[in-house]
Formats: sequence, structure tokens, C-alpha cells
Amino acid sequence: MTAPPDQTVATLANGPGSTESTRLGLTAPLRLDCGVEFSDFPVAYQTYGALNADKSNAVLICHALSGDQYVGDTHPDTGKPGWWSLMVGPGKLLDSNRYFIICVNILGGCMGTIGPKEINSDTGKPWGLDFPVITVADMVRAQALLLDHLEIEQLFCVIGGSMGGMQVLEWAALYPERVRTAVPIAAAPYHSAQNIAFHEVGRQAIMADPDWRGGNYLSEGTNPNRGLAIARMVAHITYLSEPALHNKFGRRLQDRDAVTFGFDADFQVESYLRHQGSTFVDRFDANSYLYITRAMDYFDLAERYGGVLAEAFLGCETRFCVISFTSDWLYPTSESRRIVHALNAAAANVSFAEIESDKGHDAFLLEEPEFWSVLSGFLNGAREHFGLDFGNGD
Amino acid sequence: MDALHQRTNLRGDLQIVADMVQPGGRLLDVGCGDGALLDHLIHEKGVDGRGIELSMQGVNACVSHGLSVIQGDADTDLNDYPDGAFDYVVLSQTLQATRAPRDVLGNMLRIGRRAIVSFPNFGHWRVRVSLMFGGRMPVTNALPHHWFDSPNIHSCTIKDFIQLCAELGIVIERSVALNHRGARRRIRSNVAFTNLAGEQAVFLLTRETVSS
Repeated sequence: MTAPPDQTVATLANGPGSTESTRLGLTAPLRLDCGVEFSDFPVAYQTYGALNADKSNAVLICHALSGDQYVGDTHPDTGKPGWWSLMVGPGKLLDSNRYFIICVNILGGCMGTIGPKEINSDTGKPWGLDFPVITVADMVRAQALLLDHLEIEQLFCVIGGSMGGMQVLEWAALYPERVRTAVPIAAAPYHSAQNIAFHEVGRQAIMADPDWRGGNYLSEGTNPNRGLAIARMVAHITYLSEPALHNKFGRRLQDRDAVTFGFDADFQVESYLRHQGSTFVDRFDANSYLYITRAMDYFDLAERYGGVLAEAFLGCETRFCVISFTSDWLYPTSESRRIVHALNAAAANVSFAEIESDKGHDAFLLEEPEFWSVLSGFLNGAREHFGLDFGNGD
Repeated sequence: MDALHQRTNLRGDLQIVADMVQPGGRLLDVGCGDGALLDHLIHEKGVDGRGIELSMQGVNACVSHGLSVIQGDADTDLNDYPDGAFDYVVLSQTLQATRAPRDVLGNMLRIGRRAIVSFPNFGHWRVRVSLMFGGRMPVTNALPHHWFDSPNIHSCTIKDFIQLCAELGIVIERSVALNHRGARRRIRSNVAFTNLAGEQAVFLLTRETVSS
């Protein structure tokens, strides 16, 4: 965690993206769903490419639970490629030669935007559990404030997978006039009981770690690494699929010829999960994990509209492209279909494709040619429909 | 989008469907396949076109070509749409493959001011000859499947379809039969003859309460 809360505007010298930070809520506060108001708060983001003259080429990428604003660039903490570097950059599908791409660290995140890790100016200490519980809608309202700050009235596209897809749906519901196209990928209109259950296991693991210190670990100089790592291990299983685990690991043993009759990581899959857990704690804040999973649990888009999801999209002129993956059991196709049915009931313009993949929920992050071809075709069709020409991008 | 489909060379029955659509307006193509008709209507007739397609390959091909198409099923997914959402709802070569064609037809005219339906005519002379003299389930150009692998679970004749429209209070505005060479003939000029000579039929339908 290197980004200080008052990070000044800086540009990574060796990346195509520009790393930025600003303070929002200066003229009017951001009022959260829980009633708390944020004034003068930091928001960190990255941009790729340039805004065109009529400001019609802006694309907002919404990141998922464990993502951040480093969507295309090498991550400053891990040194690994950005989480969607396959998709974002010059000449890529989300082409920075063609689009002005924005990716914002979400509210409650831990990469520079206000969250439980940041300093509460009232106390001079990290927020910790004093941080208010936030919602997906709050994240979107904060992003809208950033667009105001960037003087961008309308987005060509809002796109994201998983929790990013939930934000996409909130964007279309809260600010339909600001969204020309919306692409919720591997998403759902609400968090299911099963999803909440898995999140609860993760949160309990964190809070059961003695180093969590009732949420005050930053002030007390500890870190609930074991708890956060277990939370990540559980969650990681839900992002994969049985075929994906089988193909990758099967029952193969890790650097040994026989089981050891002990509780060391005999199996490759154990070793892999332990690695996922231990690397996660180096870049993610445990309290952030609690707050963001809670925001996802609270997500139920239809709730504001009397339980009728279609009401969220009435009169919406946004063009939607809903995408799901066959082996995703965390956000299964049936959930995407619920979104599509609601959009149909609102007579909205929607495309919906289910992509054959054995990669599970994580398929949206990976190279899936059919997914890319569908997305590319949708964006091309939308550009043609709106009569937009951002150049050939080559 | 250019030259993805041969827009000028639509299949014969699709061309008749296309000719029945007035420019502009909103159109839903149910069972849109690879999107050839939808693409044609969007670009040649300027319609706001949407599609529903059962096969994943068909849907992905359509969306990849910039068409607004969802993966879905005529039997279940028409229920979602609000009344009068479309000017036209098209069902080409699909009615006979639905589980409940009567409900599908009713739904089409609930969500659309007009419906255009095309289907292979089971009263065609080749079908009758095949059954009568061959004693076998017919396999023809318009009905190319064997009985055991046919998706066509609710085949009907032109007369059957006209009868169903009457029962449902549906007004037939136009009706065209195509013979096996693709020649067109108005069905109402001679129902008995077109029911024998027509290999395929295309109907433009509306609700009785709607005035044109």
C-alpha cells in the first residue's frame, strides 16, 4: 500500500495510463445511502488515451471487489499486469487510441480513494470501523462527481464485470442520460443468499484473526494477514469452476511424489490457494474487504423500485449488452437473464450473449475470443448507431 | 457492418416479410437466426430492430455484428415485453417449432401492433403425396428433417392457420404463398389452391381493434 491519501497528480513514466488523484465533494457533499456525508474527500483514478473535442469518447471501467484503478498498467505494488490489461490499452479491444478510458478506485477501496484505511480528518487516525457502510449506489454517485470534475457530461460506455457489473446497472438506473451504452458482465441484479453466505465466511475469517484488533490494526501496528488470506482463498474458489480447477490441478501433488500424511500443502490446489491468499494481503486492506463485500451484499437494484426491477430502467435510452459465462456459478446466467427480462419489460435496447467457457466467474478477466468478439461487435454497432467516429484506433 | 450479409439477396420468404414492413418504427424479430433479416430491415427500412434467438451461436454472431439480439425463447421470453412495445413482431419459420404456437401468436399481437408470421405449409402437395403414396412422414425442401430429429413439433397447413387466426380474432391484412420455385401468390385469391401449391406462407396480421 504505497499510495498516500493526499497523492498528488502524477503520471507513470513507463505506462500508457495516467495515474491521477483529486478531491471531490468540495462544493456540495456526497450524501451516502446510510445518511453520512463526505466533503472534500480523495478519489484516485487512472485514465488512458485522450478525451476528444466533443467529449463523446469517454469509457468508464468499473472494477470488481479485488480490483482497482490499475486496469491496464502494471500494478505499482505487485508489479503484475493490470487486471484487464488484456482488454485495455493501445490497439486493444478497449483501445486507448480511440477511447478516453477512466477507471476509478471505488469508494471504500484502498488504493487512494476514501476508505477505511485512509485518515479520518476528524480524528487524525485511520477510519477503521468508524468508516460508514457504503453501497454500490454510493460508489456510482462518487464516480458521477468525478465525471462532473472532469467535465464529462455523457459516457460512451460504462463497462464492468462482477461488482463492476453491479455498478454498471446502478449507472443506468441513476444516470440513464449520462450513459449511451452499458455492459454489465457476469453480474446480477442483486446479491444472492449464496453470495452473501460466502462473503460472510470471508468476513468472519478476518474478524476472527486476533491481529484484526476490532478493526484497529492500523493504529496498533498489526495486520490480520491470516484472516484476510483465508477470506481470499474462499472467494477465489467461487471465482473458478470445478472443470477449471480440475484442468489446472486435478489431484496432482505439489513438489512431492506421495502424500505426507500431514497438513502441509500436499496438493497443488492447496499450494495455489495459499499463494493467492498470501499475495492478496500485500495489496489489500482487510477493513476495505469488509466494507466492499458488505456493499455487494446490500445490492438489490429492484428494492428502490418497489421490487420491480424493470422500473429501474423505464424510459432508459441506453443500449445494453449483457454478457454471462456458462460455468459461472457465482453470478450464473440465470441472474443475467433476470436483468435481460427486466430490460425487455422496460422496452430497453438490449443484447444478451451467454459465452461458453469453463473458466468460471473469472472468465471475464481472461482471453475468451467469443466474449471479445461479442463485445467488439456491440461497441462497433453502437458507434454506428450513434454516428460516432473515434478514428480507426490503429 | 458492411457486406456482413448479402442485403440484396434475402431468402425468398424473408424478402416477402421485408416487403410487408413499413419504414421506421420498432420491430422485434423472434427467432432471428444469424440476423440476416434484422440487418436488412435496420439498414434498408430504418427500423429500430431487436432480435430473440434460441441458439447461442446465432445470438453471438448477431451481437458480434452489432445487432441488438438476446438469447431467448419465443415460448417464454415474449411474456416479459409490455403491451404495444413494437410496431412489428416477426416470426419467420419458427411458429411450427414452438411449444405453444397459439400463445406465441397471441403474445406477438399483444406486444406488437402487427405480426408477420411465415411457416412451411404442411398442406403442400409434395407433403400430401409423400404421406398418401409413400406412407412416410414427408421430407421436403421446406420440411427437410426426419420425423425423429425435426424441431417442427406443431406443423400446420395454410387452412389451419387461417382457422386459428379466426378463432383468436386476428385480422389477416395480407397473405402470400410461395411455391417450390419461389413464385408468389395471394392466398386469399384461392385458399384451397394455395394450400395445395404453396410450399411456404407469409401472413401480415393485426388485432381487430387496431385500425391501419
